[in-house]
Order: sequence, then structure tokens, then C-alpha cells
Amino acid sequence: MQLIAFYILSTVVLLSAFLVIAARNPVHSVLWLISAFFASSGLLVLIGAEFLAMLLVVVYVGAVAVLFLFVVMMLDVDFVELKQGFLNYLPAGALIALALLAEIGVVAAATAAREASGFDPSPGADTNAEALSRVLYTDNLMLFQLAGLILLVAMMGAIVLTLRKRPGVRRQNISEQTNRRREDAVQLKDVRPGQGI
Amino acid sequence: MTLISDLQIAAPEILLSGFALVALLVGAFAGDGSSRFLRAFSTVVLALASLLAFRQVALPPEAAFGGLYQTSEFTSFAKGVVYAIGAGALFMSGGAVRRDGMERYEFPLLMIFASFGAGVMLSAGDLMSLYMGVECLSLSSYVLAAFLRDDLRSSEAGLKYFVLGALASGLLLYGASLVYGFAGSTRFDQIADAPYSIGLVFGLVLMICGLAFKASAAPFHIWTPDVYEGGPSPVVAFFATAPKIAAVVVFANVLFSAFGVMEDQWALIVAVLAAASMLIGAFGALNQNNIKRLLAYSSIGNVGFALIGVAAGETFGTSSILVYMTIYVVATLGLFGGVLAMRRDGKNVELISDLNGLSRMKPALAIALTALVFSVAGIPPLAGFFGKLMVFRAGLQADLLWLVIVGVISSVVSLGYYLRIIWAIWGKEPAAALDPVDFGVGVTVVASTVITFPVLVIWIGGLINATSFAAAG
Amino acid sequence: MERMFEWGGGVWGGVGLAALQILAFMVILLVSLAFLLLFDRKVWAAVMMRKGPNVVGPFGLLQAFADFLKFVLKEIIIPAGANKTVFLLAPILSLTLAFIAWAVIPVAPGWVIADLNVGVLYLFAISSLGVYGIIMGGWASNSKYPFLGGLRSAAQMVSYEVSIGFVIITVLLLVGSMNLTDVVDAQKGGFWNWHVFLLTPSKIALFPVMLVMFVIFFVSALAETNRPPFDLPEAESELVAGYQVEYSSTPYLLFMIGEYLNIVLMCAMLTILFFGGWHPPWPAPDMEPGSIASLLGALMFAAKVIFFFFLFALVKAVVPRYRYDQLMRLGWKIFLPTSLAAVVIVSGYVVFALPRAAG
Repeated sequence: MQLIAFYILSTVVLLSAFLVIAARNPVHSVLWLISAFFASSGLLVLIGAEFLAMLLVVVYVGAVAVLFLFVVMMLDVDFVELKQGFLNYLPAGALIALALLAEIGVVAAATAAREASGFDPSPGADTNAEALSRVLYTDNLMLFQLAGLILLVAMMGAIVLTLRKRPGVRRQNISEQTNRRREDAVQLKDVRPGQGI
Repeated sequence: MTLISDLQIAAPEILLSGFALVALLVGAFAGDGSSRFLRAFSTVVLALASLLAFRQVALPPEAAFGGLYQTSEFTSFAKGVVYAIGAGALFMSGGAVRRDGMERYEFPLLMIFASFGAGVMLSAGDLMSLYMGVECLSLSSYVLAAFLRDDLRSSEAGLKYFVLGALASGLLLYGASLVYGFAGSTRFDQIADAPYSIGLVFGLVLMICGLAFKASAAPFHIWTPDVYEGGPSPVVAFFATAPKIAAVVVFANVLFSAFGVMEDQWALIVAVLAAASMLIGAFGALNQNNIKRLLAYSSIGNVGFALIGVAAGETFGTSSILVYMTIYVVATLGLFGGVLAMRRDGKNVELISDLNGLSRMKPALAIALTALVFSVAGIPPLAGFFGKLMVFRAGLQADLLWLVIVGVISSVVSLGYYLRIIWAIWGKEPAAALDPVDFGVGVTVVASTVITFPVLVIWIGGLINATSFAAAG
Repeated sequence: MERMFEWGGGVWGGVGLAALQILAFMVILLVSLAFLLLFDRKVWAAVMMRKGPNVVGPFGLLQAFADFLKFVLKEIIIPAGANKTVFLLAPILSLTLAFIAWAVIPVAPGWVIADLNVGVLYLFAISSLGVYGIIMGGWASNSKYPFLGGLRSAAQMVSYEVSIGFVIITVLLLVGSMNLTDVVDAQKGGFWNWHVFLLTPSKIALFPVMLVMFVIFFVSALAETNRPPFDLPEAESELVAGYQVEYSSTPYLLFMIGEYLNIVLMCAMLTILFFGGWHPPWPAPDMEPGSIASLLGALMFAAKVIFFFFLFALVKAVVPRYRYDQLMRLGWKIFLPTSLAAVVIVSGYVVFALPRAAG
């Protein structure tokens, strides 16, 4: 049963991954990408890494890919035009792809030579989440914090380089609005008929 | 609690990052009005961090955070220099920052983050923390290079730096992942124990490429002149000094501590990098008229000299790298102080011809710059000469005669453009008067001159002792 | 009865039984949804002092079924420039996602289709996928209003998901498990143990925090399901009907059912995370899975869900629609920092104070 599920899921992953690059419409590409993400999270469930699987869906499918889709839809890129130079870059691209493939092969061979051990989705802990958080927050606490700092720097950079304070912009101040009382805004005048204010 | 002791070991970095986080909040709420205050405070904190880092030199080497962070005398000494130089660069940036419209509270904080990144990569005991440090330094540097966002050249500098830097980071990361794949660990000491394999060499070469980019060694130097020319001068003063020594020392540290057993594999690569850098630095600068571009080529050449020390290997080279780079960055900081002082009618001027007749307009500055230029060129009896001497000696000890000859040749060639600066200062008729020099710039130039000329010359034995003590550890 | 609801995660045999169970659950859901729809309209009408639907069947009880027939029997119109596959896929996806989320909802002890260890995360993941139906529908219609509606919805849902995630994390920290049954069981023994009125002696310090978290979750749930006052993706005064403009007959019906299922799902989540699930608000003996008591538990659960649904309907009737920038401000500048601070407080409490308070 698990084997059948594995084959179905991996077929879906490979097929969608292929269609990501084969689809003519960029929006379709992103949709196939989402399908690939989703199916790979299914694969993660199969090996018992259910926490990782859910995170994959939440982070990649639920947030990253939405923004992808958002951008691709808004950009309205003419991909036919973009693809015109494709053949020119094909030899170089193919070479790099081959090199990467070879590297993967070499690494795989080296790993295989080092005697594959039984796979444990949650080493040294009851659940996947526990094992993951031990690695992230205990063993590699420093790296985790550093990554946070790097993201902070990136955010600062984006703000420094793009945020402009335009003068003369009137911003809505909600607390001011809600604190406004009738006395501040309305004045009752007793107007006599025929005399005006 | 082990966490507490880990934090104590990493005290300089904890101080910097903690301060940066608090200061960021202060800045965000107080606005750019707090910028001056934050800049002054950041300078003090960087200086404090420098003291803490030098304290690490005296302490025995320690590992923290499960080996991710490792202090050693070699790297801690460099770290102390990095922070001190960072403080100096920030100290003299005040006037330029105010005048060029960079008075924003993020400026000193990005400098702190950049120094912090340099510190982390220096203290890395693991490929992962090495990469994190490199990224922290690089990201802050990209932003700093483009800090004058309305200035076309500054934006160009930032963009170029970013695109090429991202490529270099990719190479570094790819190399690191290969090393991990073959060594089975990311820890330096465990990589050193890993059995030799061809994949490891592949990873090593890719990592060397990535690190050489960060140190702007030829042939990965192409970004340097453009970034130096386009970036805001106070930022470039920082780029040319603190990250430079950090990159070279990290380069050496990674090769020595993680790949020490594979010295035969990388010694030649590093030697070729060194030779190429020295030659390109010497010949590329010959027909530059912009002083910032000229200093960029000079820095490429000087990294080449330092790499002789790396190529010489751990036994001979270590202390020479520290001596050379320390002397070089101190002098360079002063030289960039000179660049900051080059203002006419409230505008920055950057051509060598703008220095014409400086000796008659500002004799003190002229004398200081002359001393600094001669030191960088390696003329006795200035400190730079001893630096070069040490490096060449290390090269000779390691049987790298050809490399030393290349070094001597390019030294002689580079004298050509150094003398152009001297000739402009002393020999030419003065052009229009320069604006008065900022207090911070003046102090920094004088300080770095004093350190370069009498202090380090008299105390060179002390420095060599200190660094060889550092290197021995 | 007992066996029927007990098996779940990990058992691969009895696929047919599983299918039957799922089918039964779907039918129950759909039928109750029909009446909830009517309920929604009745509440709305009552607020406006109208009578609401009252013609089809007694008190208009069969109104929803009549609407259903009407939608199904109409012709499906697909705009000429539309991207046909995606156009039809969008409502199907929307409905499917709304249904599969229900798989982990424990209605009563043991009454759950799949008792996942990461049930909360599963719910969160599936609800974060809900945006795709809308964004795909909006894009595939190849028309301005739907496209704008889709974009608005994407931005809105991504923004509010963040604070929903943090609120869920505070609950998880208190419970110490991601299993929804555990979450419910952590709140047994009276309403003072519910996360919304956290008056348990050892955790009373968190009472204000969790109350605020409940409010944030409720408001974010409104935004997440595109309910008024956050129904900007389909704001009729600006976008006609947003992403639904080009949809008619069955595809529209699927969208609508999906939307309402999601609303009920959010009500169920509120019930489970904050209102004690099937536990009555007074101390009660433990319910045996599959016993009569557990049936009462299911009724208790349903009552709570209906209460929240009533609140949703009431909000729709009485609160005016937000402006888009106000919506973003609320999400990013108020809810996000507040819920982030709450995560810090709760985790700090759980790690440092709770062991001491619990003795």
C-alpha cells in the first residue's frame, strides 16, 4: 500500500516538475510547481516526517507560491519573447546541467559508499517536530539566531534602499479618530429663525 | 548553564549584536534624529568589542555553541583589528555622512552588522557559521555600497557588488556543500580528519573561489574598482580595511585549519592567485586618475602580497599575514581619511590632480598622506616595509622564490603610481583650495600615520611577537 | 458504532469503510450546511427587521435545497477568453480543500476521521491553501473585476494567516501537543479550563493574553474566510462580486459551498482551540468513545459551532466593511505584533513559570 502511494506521489512530483518548465503559460508553471510541492509533502508523510510535510505545505504552498503566483499574474511577462534567446544559451545551460547532474551522482556514490543506515525520521525523539526543534533550537541555536540577524539585515537593507518619506502626505491616525469626541467636532448653536448665526 | 558560558566566550559578537538590536529599536522609534547619537555610540561599542576581541587573544582557545564558534589567537587578533578599524572608519565618517545626505540611523547599524559578520566568519569553527558570517557581512556591504540611493554611481556600485557577490556566495556555498558531502561533516576539525577524495578538492577549489572574491583577489577582483569608485567614501574606507583583513585571515584560517593536510593541493592555487593579484594590482593602477579606483587596485595588489603568506603555509605564513594586513589596513584607513578630506566647495573630488600642491595648502595632511602612501608602497623605514619583508621571508622559507620575485617586480611597478600621488602632492602647483578637514578625519589620519610611522616601526618587534604568539596558538 | 470511529491514522485496511465514513460525514456536513445557510440569512434578516426567506417549506426551511436545485439545473457559462481548465478547477479545488480540512476535526471523543499527530498544522496548512481557489478563479476568468478580487484575496489571506498561525502556536504551547484531540482534552473540567477564559490556578496569569488571542483569532477568521467586514475580494460596491463575477450555476455553487464550509470550519476551530470542543462548560465525567455520552458531546460541539456561526452572521449584519489599507494595517501593525508578543509571553510562562506553578 505504501509502495503504491509512493509510486503515485513520486510520479506526480516528477511529472509536475517537468511541466513546470514545459508549460507555456507562466501561471500554469506556478500551478504545476504547487502541485509538485504538494505531492512532495505527501512523500514526506510517507517517510514519517509529518511535521516537515505540513511545514512544506504551509510555507511553500501556502505562502511562497501564493506570492509567486501573485507576481507572475501581475507581471504578465511575454514568455514567448523571453524564450527566443533560449537556443543560444542551450549549450551552456546543458553543460551546467550536466555538471550538476555529475556532481549529484558523485555525491550520491560517496554517500552510498559510506554505508546507508536505516532511515529514522525523528532521530532521538518521539516526534518529528521534537527532533527537528532539537536540531534547530538546541544544537544549532547560534546558526538559527544568525539567520535571524541576516534576515533582519536584509529587511533593513530593503527599507533603507526603498522607503521614502514623502512630505505632505496625510496619514490616517486611527487612535486620533477614535478618540475624537462629539465636543471636539460638533458645536450646538441656538439659531433663531430669521437671524442666522 | 552552558548557554551562559557560550555567550561569555562569544562576548564581542554578543555585545555587537545586542547593541545593534537595541539601537535599531531606538532608531526606529526616535527616527533619524537619533542618528548622530547612535553613530557616536556605535563607535564606542565597536571599540569595546575590539578590546574584548583582543582579550580573547590572551585567553586559551575555546569553542562555543557546540563547535560552531571557535576562538583562536590567530583569528581573535584579526577580529580585534577588524573591530578597531571599523570603529575608526565610523569615527571619521561623521562629516561626510552629514554632508552627503546619509544621516540615517541605519548607517552605523549596518556598519556594526558588517563588522559583526566579519567577526562571526573569523570565529567560525564550522562551514555553516562561516557562511552565515560571510552573508551577514556581504548583505550589509551591498546595502552600504548603495546607501546613496539617489546617486547613480552608488546604486550601480551596490547592484554590481550584489550580483557578483551573490555569485561568489553561491560558489562558496556549493563548495561547502561538496565538502560536506565528501567529508561527512561541516566542522573544520572533522573535515581535517576526513580521508582525501577528489570531491573534497573540488569543494575546496570552489570555496577558494568564493573566498577570493570576498577578499577581492585576482581573478575575482573585477567588482573592486567599480564598487570603490561608486560607493560613498566613508563606506569604501570601511570596505577597504575591516572586511579586507577579515577575508584574508578567514581565507588563511579555513585553509589552515580545515584543509591543512591538503596543503599540496591548494598551495599552488593560492600562489597563482597571489601572483595574479599582485600583477593586476600593480599594472591596473598605473593609468588610473581617480584616487578611489587607484586605491582599489592597490588593495588588490596588497591582498596579493598577503596571499604570499597564505601560500607559504601555516608554519611560515601565519604571523606574516597578520603583520602585513594589520599594517596595511591601518595605513589604508588613513589614506581613505585623505580621500574624505578631498572636498572642494562642498563637493567631493576624487582625482589625483585634485591633490596638486597639497603640501602648500595643508602641509600636515600632505606629510601624513606621504608617509601613508610610502608605507603602503613598502618603503623603508616605514612600517609597510617590514610587513612586506615578513611576507617575502615567509615565501622564501616555503621555497616560493618565483612568487617572491613576482612580488618584488610588482612592488617596483606599483611604486610608479604611488610616486604619482607623491608628485601631485609635493611637485605640482596648487589648484583651488580644499575645504577644511573634519575633526574626525584629521584625528584618524594623524592617528593612523603615527601608528604607521613611529609606533609600529619601533614596536614592530612587539607586533611580530604578538602575532607569532597569536599564530602559534 | 464504536469500531466505526476508532480506526484512523495508520490503518490501511478497510478502505471501503473509510470511504463510507467520509461519505456519511460529508452528507451530514452538507445537510447541516443547508440549514446554516438559511440560519445565516434569517439572522441577517432579523437584524434588518425583515422576515428573510419564508416561502419554500415551513419557515422557509427548504430554501437552501431550492437554491441548490436552481443552481444545478442552470447552464454553465464559461467566458470566451477564460482559461477553461483553471476556470473549472478553481471551484472544485475550493470545495475539495474545504472538505478535506474536516478530516481531522474531532467532533466527539473518538469521532474523527483521521486523528493526526499534527492535526493543528494540517488544518493550518489546508486553510492556507484555500486562497488558491479564489486566486485561480480570479485569474482564469480573464476579466478585470475577478482579477482584482483574486489579488486582494491573496494579499489579505496571506496577511491574516500569519497572525492566525501565531495564535495557534500560543494554544499549542499551552497544550504541548499538536493533536486536536489532545487540545480539546486539555480543556476539560469546566469553562474555567477553556483557553478563552483561562482561570485554571496554574495558568491564570495568562488569562488576559489568551482572551486577546481569542479575539484576534476570531477577527482573523473573519478575514481568512472573506466574511464581512473583510469581504473586500467580493465587495459588491467596488468589484461587483469580485472573483465570482464570471461564475454561474454549479461552479458558483461549489464556490459558495466551499466558502460556507470554510466558515463553519473556522467556527469549529474556534470551538476546539478556545471553547473546549465537546466538553460541556461544567465538570463532567469522561466520555467513553462511542457511548451515548459522546453523542451528547457531539451535540455540545455542534451547539458551540452554531453559536460561533451566529456570531459570524451577526458581524456580517452589523459591521461596515473595512477599507483596504485599514485591513492591512489591522493585520500587520496590530494583530501581528500582538500575537508575536503573546507567543513570547506564553512560551516564557510555559518554560519558566508553569513548572513552578504546577509544583
